[in-house]
Formats: sequence, structure tokens, C-alpha cells
Amino acid sequence: MTGRVAICDSALEAVAGIADGATVLVGGFGSAGQPVELVEALLEGGASELTIVSNNAGGGDHGLAALIRDGRVRKVVCSYPRQSDSWHFDAAYRAGQVELELVPQGTLAERIRAAGAGIGAFFTPTGFGTPLAEGKETRVIGGRGYLLEYPLPGDVALVAAHRADELGNLVYRKTARNFGPIMAAAVATTIVQADEIVPVGALDPEHVVTPCLYVDRVVRVDRNLAVSGDRL
Amino acid sequence: MSTLTGIGRDALARVVAADISPGSFVNLGIGLPTRISNYLPPNSGVMLHTENGMLGMGPEAQGEVIDPDLVNAGKVPVTELPGASYFHHADSFAMMRGGHLDICVLGAYQVSAAGDLANWHTGQPGDIPAVGGAMDLAIGARQTFVMMTLLTRDGRPKLVPECTYPLTGLACVSRVYTDLAVFFIEPGRVVVRDLFDTGFAELARLLDVPLVDGTREVAS
Repeated sequence: MTGRVAICDSALEAVAGIADGATVLVGGFGSAGQPVELVEALLEGGASELTIVSNNAGGGDHGLAALIRDGRVRKVVCSYPRQSDSWHFDAAYRAGQVELELVPQGTLAERIRAAGAGIGAFFTPTGFGTPLAEGKETRVIGGRGYLLEYPLPGDVALVAAHRADELGNLVYRKTARNFGPIMAAAVATTIVQADEIVPVGALDPEHVVTPCLYVDRVVRVDRNLAVSGDRL
Repeated sequence: MSTLTGIGRDALARVVAADISPGSFVNLGIGLPTRISNYLPPNSGVMLHTENGMLGMGPEAQGEVIDPDLVNAGKVPVTELPGASYFHHADSFAMMRGGHLDICVLGAYQVSAAGDLANWHTGQPGDIPAVGGAMDLAIGARQTFVMMTLLTRDGRPKLVPECTYPLTGLACVSRVYTDLAVFFIEPGRVVVRDLFDTGFAELARLLDVPLVDGTREVAS
């Protein structure tokens, strides 16, 4: 059975065509679910002026941190840019080379989900009455204050899954699921790296987490677990 | 500066743990609150939620059981317990924001007498802001507890009439567990439930917040 999904031979092939100025949603939280090889390929591929949407802004000297170091990122939309090893983001931010849109983690997730679900905007209580509410429309509903938040769609999502089948159905592993399912739905082109690609029918339909219609390209990668801790 | 000693972090973690009902669904914030898990009885049935997408989190992983696909909200490798489940970030925060968790315990820079919480940003010029899940956690669970030292290192109270640090959430904290006392934030008043090696009058002198004495006898 063949579907619409492209099974790619390399990570570089998988990220081909990501344009300058693209908004790229990058999954992962901590060492779990980082599409390390896809981000490395994006670095090699040369696209610049990127807007990166991710929980963090890169750590260490690889992955997102390297993209920022090399001046390829115009804007970061994330919940937690500052960490002990986020020196490349810190330097670029202080030098005014990268714009930061700080979004509470649950609002970040819900804005991404809304983008994939066709929701025009939503009211959330998170952040009401705080500095992050500045400039936002508010409403009191049932006696509680809410902020109006808008969807956060992208051009491309980079997602790490555990198994993909040849149609692009995805299964994740443990907390590596994190942003994968919602990012896959929120963009024009979803690019997936998987530990394993299995034949159609090998995944139990009851266990598929991301159905194949959200997935455009899949590449199998051997994860280098030794470095994943350096690429938060 | 105060010369009061109060109780240590582990003793305080034990006090909080004793207040968590068996079978509760609980999120323990990064830092001090994480210690509470050491004092939950193994048969309590308390299930820990971690906002990166897991219910039924076990203790920190050590050695060979470390799995890069299994981390907590502090990005520390953890383990899973029987009955655990995984879900994506939007579901995880819906679980929190939707009031499905019984208790969330957080650290704080300041808590106001009205239960406003400041714990995400010092507001110092030049600091890079980072919020993570702090604002979602503050307002999400049915009850938000704070666990902190009552005084800063230079002796200033952290339970205050109004927060001067940037807010995380409004009127969201219901209890404040500190090394010197446990406070219940109730409508229009702050009630002291426990005192640790401190007299009520002495405590009242330390704070600019009017207090109601609701102390009970505490077994040490």
C-alpha cells in the first residue's frame, strides 16, 4: 500500500525545501522527543530568517542552539528560553539578534493545538492578571478572568516519533510524545524522524497516536543517544 | 535578621505529604516540592502528574534505568509506576487547566495575603524571562499549595500584603507551607495552622500581614 507520505533516505532529503523565513515547529522536551537529526539537517540545509516554535530555545552547542548561534533564527516562540546551557540564545537575545515571544507552556500547547483544530481563538485563564497579559484582550466569564489567545500555525513541523508505518501513522514512546501530535497537525508540512519504519498493518490501529493524514515525510534515523542530552 | 530556625526542608516535605489525601492526583513543582514524593506512603495511591505528559510518575531514574524518552518537567530522568499513562502536551495542560488535578505544590518568591503568587520572574532588568508551566500550574489544580522558606536570605518576609515581584497568578494559592509556619489563605484572612519552633506573637511581628491564630497541637 502506498500513501501520500514520502519515505526519505536521509534527514537532509527530509528537510529539503524549508524556505527562508519559514515558521518551524520543533518538538521535544528535555532529552525526550527531540528531532535531533532533523534539526541538524536544517542547520546543514541553510534556511535562514526562521521563526522557531519550541518549548525551549536550545541548549549546549548543537541543534536549535547551533541554529541560533549561526544567526539563522529571527524569532523564537517558546515558554522557557533560559537554562543553564542556553548560552547561544542568551547571547543572541542580549545582542538584539533574536526576538522572543514568551508563552506559558500550556498556552503554547493549546495555541498549537488550536491551529491544527481549526479554532479561530480561545479564552484561557492562564496568565490573567500577570505581565504576560499585557496587550491581550480579556474577558470575565462566570466570574473568572480569561485572556484571548490565537492559534500558532507553522509552515513545517519537525517531530521525533518511535515508530512510523509506511503510510505515516505514528507511535511515540513515553514522554517523547510531548509536542509531536499537536505540532504534526498545526503545519503545512510535517516531517518525522522515526526509530523504525514498519509495514502498513504492523501498528495496532488502537495504538496509533498521530494518524497518517497529518504526516508528509518520514525518515528513519539511528538516534545517537549519547548526544541527546546535549541537545535539549 | 531573624534568628529563628524552624524546621528543615525534609521535615517540611513530610508535613505537606501528610496533608495529601490518599488517592489524590498531584503535581509537584520543580525544586523543593519534589522532596514531598519521598514522604508519600507507598500505599497512599497518590498519583503524580508531570506536565510534560505523564500520570503515574515514579522516582528519579538512576544508572541503567535512565531512559532519555522518560523525563519529568525538570527534564530529569524518571521512572514509571504500574498504571502510568502518557499523553501529549495539550492534553496534559488541559488536565491541569481543567481542574482535574487535586493538588499542585509550587515554590515561590512571594505569596500575597490574597493568595496571589509570584514565582516565575525576579523582574530584575537584564534577566531573560522564562515562564514554562508556572502560570498554568498556578491556576489549574483544585488547590495550589506553596512550599517555601518564610524569609529571604536577608530576612525579608515572602508572605506579603501585595506581591512586588511579577505575578504568576491571581488569588490562586490556598496554603503556604514554610519552615516557620503553615498558613491557610482564606477569603479575607490568613490563618496560621502550624508553628514550628516559633511563637504566634513572634511570627506576627515578622510579617506585615494580619494573622489569625488557628494553631492546633502538632505532634513532632
